[in-house]
Amino acid sequence: MGGVHPEENKISTQAVIEQMPLPEQVVVLMNQHLGAPATPVVAKGDQVKVGQLIGEAQTFMCANVHSPVSGTVLKVESCKDAFGLAKPAVYIQVQGDEWVETIDRTPEIKRQCDLTPTEIVDKLKEMGIVGLGGATFPAHIKYAVPPGKKAEYLIINAVECEPYLTSDHRVMLEHAEEICIGVSILRKALGVPMAYIGIENNKPEPIAVMKAMASQFEGIAVEPLKVKYPQGAEKQLINAITGRRVPSGKLPIDVGCVVSNVGTAFAVYEAIQKNKPLIENILTVTGKALPSQHNYQVRIGITYNDIIRHALGSLPETTGKVISGGPMMGKAVCNLDAPTTKGASSVLVMDEKEARRKPETACIRCGKCAEGCPMGLEPYLFSALVRNNRIEEAQQRNILDCIECGCCFFSCPANKPLTDEIRLGKNKVRAMMMAKKK
Amino acid sequence: MNILNISGSPHVHSDESTRRIMWRVNMALIPTLLVSIAFFGLNALLISLVSVACCCLFQWMIEKWIMKVPSTVSDGSAVVTGLLLAFNVPATANMIWLVAIGALVAIGIGKMSFGGLGKNPFNPALVGRVFMLISFPVQMTTWPVVNGIFPMNLDVVTGATPLGVFKEGGFPEDVTLMDAFLGHIGGSLGEVSALAILLGAAYLLWKKIISWHIPVAFIGTAALFSLILWLQPDHTMMIKGVLHHMPDPLTAILTGGVMLGACFMATDMVTSPMSKAGQLIFGAGCGLLTIIIRIWGAYPEGVSFAILLMNAVTPLINRGFHPKRFAN
Repeated sequence: MGGVHPEENKISTQAVIEQMPLPEQVVVLMNQHLGAPATPVVAKGDQVKVGQLIGEAQTFMCANVHSPVSGTVLKVESCKDAFGLAKPAVYIQVQGDEWVETIDRTPEIKRQCDLTPTEIVDKLKEMGIVGLGGATFPAHIKYAVPPGKKAEYLIINAVECEPYLTSDHRVMLEHAEEICIGVSILRKALGVPMAYIGIENNKPEPIAVMKAMASQFEGIAVEPLKVKYPQGAEKQLINAITGRRVPSGKLPIDVGCVVSNVGTAFAVYEAIQKNKPLIENILTVTGKALPSQHNYQVRIGITYNDIIRHALGSLPETTGKVISGGPMMGKAVCNLDAPTTKGASSVLVMDEKEARRKPETACIRCGKCAEGCPMGLEPYLFSALVRNNRIEEAQQRNILDCIECGCCFFSCPANKPLTDEIRLGKNKVRAMMMAKKK
Repeated sequence: MNILNISGSPHVHSDESTRRIMWRVNMALIPTLLVSIAFFGLNALLISLVSVACCCLFQWMIEKWIMKVPSTVSDGSAVVTGLLLAFNVPATANMIWLVAIGALVAIGIGKMSFGGLGKNPFNPALVGRVFMLISFPVQMTTWPVVNGIFPMNLDVVTGATPLGVFKEGGFPEDVTLMDAFLGHIGGSLGEVSALAILLGAAYLLWKKIISWHIPVAFIGTAALFSLILWLQPDHTMMIKGVLHHMPDPLTAILTGGVMLGACFMATDMVTSPMSKAGQLIFGAGCGLLTIIIRIWGAYPEGVSFAILLMNAVTPLINRGFHPKRFAN
């Protein structure tokens, strides 16, 4: 149900993944993940190596953070992230590129994994693995299925339905074997018989490569999926592959599913088989107005400006907006001096004309927002309810089911900022629920 | 250095706009306009021009001098109202100036008094049309006889519409189904040719401006109800002591305003329900009320009243029918 067809604009699919050179300094946020920040375990003046633990997960919803570079810790203090929020961070002056000895940096691909499921989950925690599909949910929590729940399906999200983004596309072409090993490891951790890799039909090359590779492995199937945004949204993907629907307010595990991004599967391979913590991710640098399109493997903590300088020299004069993530769900970057994090999937540059919102006109009750809503909600109604501060009614109409995919605003002929209003409404509902609890 | 724009996601838009929707509706009305000019000649063209010009002018004046807001005339919605109003009157010379009064009521009362586009509960063109029907009953029910293509002097002879003949207890023997389909029958300017209307509707369906729900429910219900009545003994019924012929279902939907109403007026986004289930109820209600008014009401035709009545219950339908949720 619902969904829209935004222009795909996958203009960087042919750009082979390049290694981004090391900057002079990195800023490693302690919030690289969903949940509480990690606790810094280094201090000013400490020498660190690549892969060394610098932030430790001391609460439940948290993940370890490792140094992406070798060098000297300059300071441990707060830093404004790309969206203007202050976060605790470790600043490191880069010196050389000396890695922790336990990390296997040889190109040899290791298929055999003898760890038990518990050992795998422990190692995911140790290596600071988080979901790379956008939400950066700590992997060791996701793969430690709570008692009373049972995983039946492992679903690997390689849909990449966001326009412009091509990092998943490239990873599949260049690291299919590692991905399949990673998927096998995750399958083992969960103890499920089958893993399904969902890929949108508009990516024939990755589908072919992954199918050929998956045939060498036990219990991995590639599922080509209909092209429709947001096919890669967790609930929509589960529905497309299993026919099951995650009920309102529930989690995938409640319908026996665990979903991870294909990039996560690659990171899992590196963590489990090569002892490499999550210190790098793959990121697309793209935009219609850019002279060149790129996919990079970058160390976390490198700033947006460093990436832009290396990839483009400087931003084009016409730049109007820089987005971290895709154009449908990505966030506009307000501070290019901020560092990238584990979850960063792209630097999308839009020119002034693309970046400007068109003026809002009167709602003509066309219902296109409701038609486009993949959750079957009524965005126009939320808009009115939120504008009139009728928060309880918004809650009754399941405003919290909204996945903020942006289909409503995308399809609105009146250019009403429906997604903004719903986000505001969701926050107000949450605040109301918190207040009621007290 | 560039100054970056910051806004919430999404950062791209489908390019769909109210303006494009309205101008596409106008495009869809062109076949009907051409057919009406073919059958009713210069009158049809003049009535349409006056109606559209007046609707635009009145909206412009109200926005400029009363509401003091920037003009929205260029979004094309006033043109839609103007064309639909013109399509709902007989193509007689009187109408060339009378339609201006209808335009004032349609735009002034039907649309702008509620705050303009998107806020009106009733279809503005129908508000104007019904005002004219009640205020000028004679002029609004004097029908030019259709006689060939591009007639020059229409007003000399006037005749009844097929529905008018049924209402009087007669039977329009000279009207074939093919006449009714092509539009070679008496009636309002834009309602005569089912073919032209269906062409426009097909375009709107293709461009996803309307969905099939309202037209199919409207026409289907009208046809079904007509079939039930037509299946009475000898295709006749005793109504208020007079024996009336019942039109067969095809005649019932091809004559009068069912086609125009179902495809272009009941489907008005602003005044019809949002959910698909609600649209089916709305369409069915329009079809049912149309036939009830035709057979038992004071007027030979009931499409305008039926749609306006269903417009009135649209908020109620919206309360009762919501889209199917993804979960639960």
